[in-house]
Amino acid sequence: MVFDIVITSLIKGSTYAMLAIGFSLIFGVARIVNIAHTAFYMVAAYCIFYTTTQLGFNPFFAIIAAVALVTLLGLITFKLLIAPIREHEAAVLIATIALAIALQEVMMILFTGDYRSVPALIPGFATIMGVKVFYQQLLTFVSVLVVLGLMWLFLLHTKLGLAIRATAQDREVANLVGMNESQVAMLAMGISVGLAGVTGAVLAPLTIVEPHMWNHPLAMMLAVVVLGGLGSIKGSLYAAFILGTAEALVVFLIPAGAYLKGAVALSIMVFVLLVRPAGLFGVQFEEER
Amino acid sequence: MNLLRYYLRKVFAVLKNEVLVLPSRIVVLLFFLSMLLMPLVVDDPYFIRILVLASIFAIFAASWDLLSGFTGQINFGHALFFGVGAYSSAILNMQAGLPHWVTIPLGALVAVAAGLVVGIPCLRLRGTYLALTTLAFPIILLGIVFAFPGLTGGELGISGLTRLSTSRTVTYYIIVCIMLVSCTIMWKVTDSKIGIIFHAIREDELAVKAAGINTILYKLMAFCLSGFFAGIAGGLYAHFMRIAGPSTLEVHMSFQVVIFSVFGGIATIWGPVGAVFILVPLLEFFRLWPEFRTLLFAFVVILILLYMPGGLLPWIRNKVEEECPRCKIRNFAARRVCRVCAAEMR
Repeated sequence: MVFDIVITSLIKGSTYAMLAIGFSLIFGVARIVNIAHTAFYMVAAYCIFYTTTQLGFNPFFAIIAAVALVTLLGLITFKLLIAPIREHEAAVLIATIALAIALQEVMMILFTGDYRSVPALIPGFATIMGVKVFYQQLLTFVSVLVVLGLMWLFLLHTKLGLAIRATAQDREVANLVGMNESQVAMLAMGISVGLAGVTGAVLAPLTIVEPHMWNHPLAMMLAVVVLGGLGSIKGSLYAAFILGTAEALVVFLIPAGAYLKGAVALSIMVFVLLVRPAGLFGVQFEEER
Repeated sequence: MNLLRYYLRKVFAVLKNEVLVLPSRIVVLLFFLSMLLMPLVVDDPYFIRILVLASIFAIFAASWDLLSGFTGQINFGHALFFGVGAYSSAILNMQAGLPHWVTIPLGALVAVAAGLVVGIPCLRLRGTYLALTTLAFPIILLGIVFAFPGLTGGELGISGLTRLSTSRTVTYYIIVCIMLVSCTIMWKVTDSKIGIIFHAIREDELAVKAAGINTILYKLMAFCLSGFFAGIAGGLYAHFMRIAGPSTLEVHMSFQVVIFSVFGGIATIWGPVGAVFILVPLLEFFRLWPEFRTLLFAFVVILILLYMPGGLLPWIRNKVEEECPRCKIRNFAARRVCRVCAAEMR
């Protein structure tokens, strides 16, 4: 039981972390609230479903194909949809909501609304302390750790990462010292959507793949991002594991907990916000007094 | 008799000098008249049903605009008020057996309380934090609804509410009249001094505070007013559909109202109302291609946003009307001179 809870909270926490970090990144750099973020995650899950079960791809290539396709889709979205209306914050919000609904409907038309399941990319399980742990769960967890490590290296130890962090801190000054702000934003969008793609790809075998699968992660991801402090990647990481653990505890310990898991996690977020209005690691932006 | 003649003459004077000079005002007048006269002309129950649903959503969208468009407190969980209104009307109606003309106002009052419950914690938050936090409230309530199926009916919701009226036409008139009255009230509120303060809070809250205005009071007022009207919409919806289900609280509901408002142009009240009366029938029209319906809807919204980011109706209004450069009074775009101060228009 205890070990079950630990495994579930680690998996949940790490997937929320991946989604939330991507979302935080693009919000921090370009102040774009991308509601369609988890819709890209759904598209990646469908890609995995299609390439592995219908086309018979090797799981490894399937993941690469899914991530590449989703990243490309994200970049096209940025260029055609978000860039022209970036000054109108409300318009960007609605545009991304509409995009998420459009993606959902396209998936509905292509694959119908049936619940699909994807076979584990690596079949089999290990028994650790008397609990069955599927290799797929381990793969998900390990790949999340690897991707987060790579992100950390990229953001802190490359010139491009420095540019992204600088733009996140102050867009105007970044522009003044000669960075191409819109290009940095586009790059951040690519990385952010790519992270959503990776999450969808490694998580697809653990969830049910269906066109509405982006709704619950969206609410949780937004809760994580707000709890951790908007634009703070470290905050997102901690908050993701806090909320992931809360969800796992509720599901395992409370009867009818599956209904309440979202409610409890979101209540935690609301209560933390009452004490700290800017989230756990909130950054107060200068321009937004 | 003389008094009557005086008022008649006054009405004609206002019509001639104030209403019929501007295309937007003519449209509003036509809208009121056609909504009131529709059942006399059309007898198609399907069409009447669409108009009733559009009226309910028009109240809902306008109430979002009152809160989020005017005071800038972007609320992503507006379905909370709608759902609270619908569920409390339904529970009062089914458990306590109260008639609908009691349950709908009481439901709206419960929604006002919900507005305070959301509004007070959210006073400290602003901008995107507020938007994303408010998204959480309907989901929390949805979890509670599912966890207590005894009172709320769980996934099935509460069904079998009393009808507003046994006659279809009377139901239509009840809902349309409530819609016209409450939208006019919201429009008038936002046109008054309170509306100016709402605008100012959105533009620069610190400056409003510095001017000695209690912004907390006004923000809570916006939450309560908006919750009240959304609660009325929810109660009407529950009694019209005769069911209050979890769909009233879903994220989709909150997003839909945001789409309506931004599509029609925020901070106007008439924008969201117009948008609902364009988009709801359009959605029904797209039913011809059922599988592409929502997709086409999303594309229409995206295209509108790309070419008119300020919203559809203000864009059209700015095309047909122009502001006089001297006295800032709006004029029909084809006029050469201003209708009030006779200055050259360009």
